Amino acid sequence: MKDWSLRDLEYWDERIREKVAEFGLDCFPQEFEICDQEAMLGYMAYHGMPAHYPHWSYGKAFEQIKTMYDYGVQGLPYEMVINSDPCLAYLMRDNSLCLQVLTIAHVYGHNDFFKNNFTFRTATDPRQTLAAFKARADRVRRYIEDPSIGAEAVERFLDAAHALAFNRRRNIAIRKPSEEEQRAAAIERATPRPDPFAHLHASEPPEEPELRRVPLEPEEDILLFIRDHNRHLADWQRDLLTIVDEEARYFIPQMETKIMNEGWASFWHHRIMHALELPEALHLEFLVRHNQVICPQPGGLNPYHIGFVVWRDIERRFGGEDSAEAREKLFAVREADRDVSFLRRFLTRELMQELDLFTWRPRGDHLVVTKVSDEESWQEVKAALLRQVGTGTLPVIRILDADHHGRRALYLRHEHDGRDLEMTHAEKTLGYLRELWGQDVFLETRLRDKRALLSVTESGFDAKLIG
Amino acid sequence: MTVFRPYSESDALRSDRSAGDRQRHREKLRRSLRENIADIIAEESIIGRTRDRIIKVPIRGVREYRFVYGDNEGGVGTGKGDTRPGQIVGQSGRRGQAGPGKAGNAPGEDYYETEISLDELVEIMFEDLELPEMERKFLREVASERIAKRKGYRRQGVRVHLDRKRTARSRIRRKVATGVATTSALRPATPAEGEERFPFHKRDLIYRRLKPDIREESNAVVVCIMDTSGSMDRLKKYLARSFFFLLYQFVRTRYDNVQVVFVAHHTQAREVTEEEFFHKCESGGTLISSGYRKALEIIHGRYHPELWNIYAFHCSDGDNFESDNAEAMRAAAELCELCNLFGYGEIKPMGSHYYESSMLERFRELDADNFQAVLIERREDVWPAFRSLMSREKTPADER
Repeated sequence: MKDWSLRDLEYWDERIREKVAEFGLDCFPQEFEICDQEAMLGYMAYHGMPAHYPHWSYGKAFEQIKTMYDYGVQGLPYEMVINSDPCLAYLMRDNSLCLQVLTIAHVYGHNDFFKNNFTFRTATDPRQTLAAFKARADRVRRYIEDPSIGAEAVERFLDAAHALAFNRRRNIAIRKPSEEEQRAAAIERATPRPDPFAHLHASEPPEEPELRRVPLEPEEDILLFIRDHNRHLADWQRDLLTIVDEEARYFIPQMETKIMNEGWASFWHHRIMHALELPEALHLEFLVRHNQVICPQPGGLNPYHIGFVVWRDIERRFGGEDSAEAREKLFAVREADRDVSFLRRFLTRELMQELDLFTWRPRGDHLVVTKVSDEESWQEVKAALLRQVGTGTLPVIRILDADHHGRRALYLRHEHDGRDLEMTHAEKTLGYLRELWGQDVFLETRLRDKRALLSVTESGFDAKLIG
Repeated sequence: MTVFRPYSESDALRSDRSAGDRQRHREKLRRSLRENIADIIAEESIIGRTRDRIIKVPIRGVREYRFVYGDNEGGVGTGKGDTRPGQIVGQSGRRGQAGPGKAGNAPGEDYYETEISLDELVEIMFEDLELPEMERKFLREVASERIAKRKGYRRQGVRVHLDRKRTARSRIRRKVATGVATTSALRPATPAEGEERFPFHKRDLIYRRLKPDIREESNAVVVCIMDTSGSMDRLKKYLARSFFFLLYQFVRTRYDNVQVVFVAHHTQAREVTEEEFFHKCESGGTLISSGYRKALEIIHGRYHPELWNIYAFHCSDGDNFESDNAEAMRAAAELCELCNLFGYGEIKPMGSHYYESSMLERFRELDADNFQAVLIERREDVWPAFRSLMSREKTPADER
């Protein structure tokens, strides 16, 4: 089965790195680890991390991934790259030489992206990635082994924290104002502007700034807010909240750039593999594999496919293959964009037509196409697409008040953008939130165009319209 | 310089780190299955199927929840180039299922439907149930199961248990010890010319020691009595069959040594096969006593109550001929005397107990600790009814 030796890999890696340098990609030092399928599935279940804290959900992930591979879902590459410095990637022992070479080339694309894209640069410290995951894993294990805490309590708390992990700020590049700054801003807002006509008319009495409200401004970091404001939590619980939030923070750049990142890596593996002048047998296999990776997913969105098509189009429009202008443009875009801005700026109408992008809606038992990318409605399709890439798939929910009704109840608002919340999930998640907060929770949202208030109190879940 | 870390077998062997988490996940899966079993049982599709059939079971408990969008706004997808408005691109999934157009980068959008075999399901269902009052029969060891197990070796024994390989080895060992050994000693061929014969000695012979493995288990017989009269309409029969199906599967899962007898009755009763019992329909009036008499006849003939733990279960709509009630009561009382447990399930779907006569009240007068009656009104009742019969509290009564 295995048709390669470690020396082959070193040889091809050497050749690939020559090309990487020639094309001007800027990478972290690279490390590859060769593992078998079982280990690969294990890495995939634990987000690629060599060390990660235990939780049953990863066991579930393992089973799901394994099922997918066992059923032979096509085009799923056996590839895993970690955003760390040095960059760590896994190669599957049972892959053919061609797949190994392809994967190595693909990995360098990711490597360059991790090192240069702003979302990664601002949100993560690649030199600490592995150590940080290890440290967190050790902390969680310590709590599990602590007889006064135990596995069950930790699991229960993690269940709740995981449910809210991604209800945090997404754009990490934007600094969050400190409490003092928020206070100052509130006072600033309440201070009357100097009025040159003050002597001509009675000025309105200045409004008292509301400084006792918690939080001062709507708060998106739900777990961290609970950590800092629920006085009844034990230290280990606070620490678990920190741990879960830190992990979520690590994954946000990956979510924000899924299409760009996979597209970028596919774009470069394609370019590098062509430049390598592979022997014919390898080259033919490469073409087959490449097409598997970037094949469209009818009715869905394959990020490899869309990303690849858009990057190719950018290169074509800004000077063509191997031109310095195009290269410069590509590098600038990979540094400064994320999926939303990337698609907004570079997904043209022609490209949308080529991809045959459409919107669908459920109608009765069926999903029915509503708009296609034609002259009339391509902009609507595009707008719909932009809303559901990156972290756009996650509803924005903010804490407005931590002392609702004067009884320490938590009042939150869902920033509704046309998409209603899924109710089963909302009910359960609010239940978890109440567990973490220890008091009643209220969530304001909209259901079928009407304002609605969901709540979990002593008497359980309730949803009612509030006009 | 790029680092390649080669594959290391030993690392791979000790790094099954997901084992613990997988195990925990499976535990949760099982628990969730058990919690939803009443609903699953209520699904028509599993009753009367063969055991190796794979069924799909929706799982609720092990889903992970977070705030996600519903599908009121639909989604976006790529087409093959000829997509037109109005075209159908998929089926609305059940709630929580990802639509085809959701970008695949949201974490943990999961729906869950697991496939398990009926066998597995049955096993999970009955994990914590047992035929009640089994251990009270004092003759429990009489019919224990015997399997001979190999346990070591010995010098004496019967010829069939001779271990020839060990015997030959011990002869060679003896030969070497006596100093006759040459290289040919290891060759079992006929002795060469002039070489002294070295025969087997009685001390060389080694026998396998066999030890009977006595598993203590009780003898039990379960008598299933079902009313197949005309008043048992389709739904009632279905409910009765569901109940017996559970009982039957349960008995087969739990005890190797249990016999099951099927009795179907209307105005007359007869013993039927499993196949007939679950699949055949009949009609006619109802004489409950006929079923009981048949059961008594079978018990007297084949299953002596001194040697067997006897369980009798009867399902009926209770719509008995008025004239038969007294006789039925007598027969039931007799059954109670013979049986460890006599269970009666009355099937009264959708409030039909308002106009049909019922045996439930009548049977309540039955003065026996080992009698248990349940009412089954809907599909959802089948499992709780079954459970309540099976987990009946053990009372120290009727010790004979």
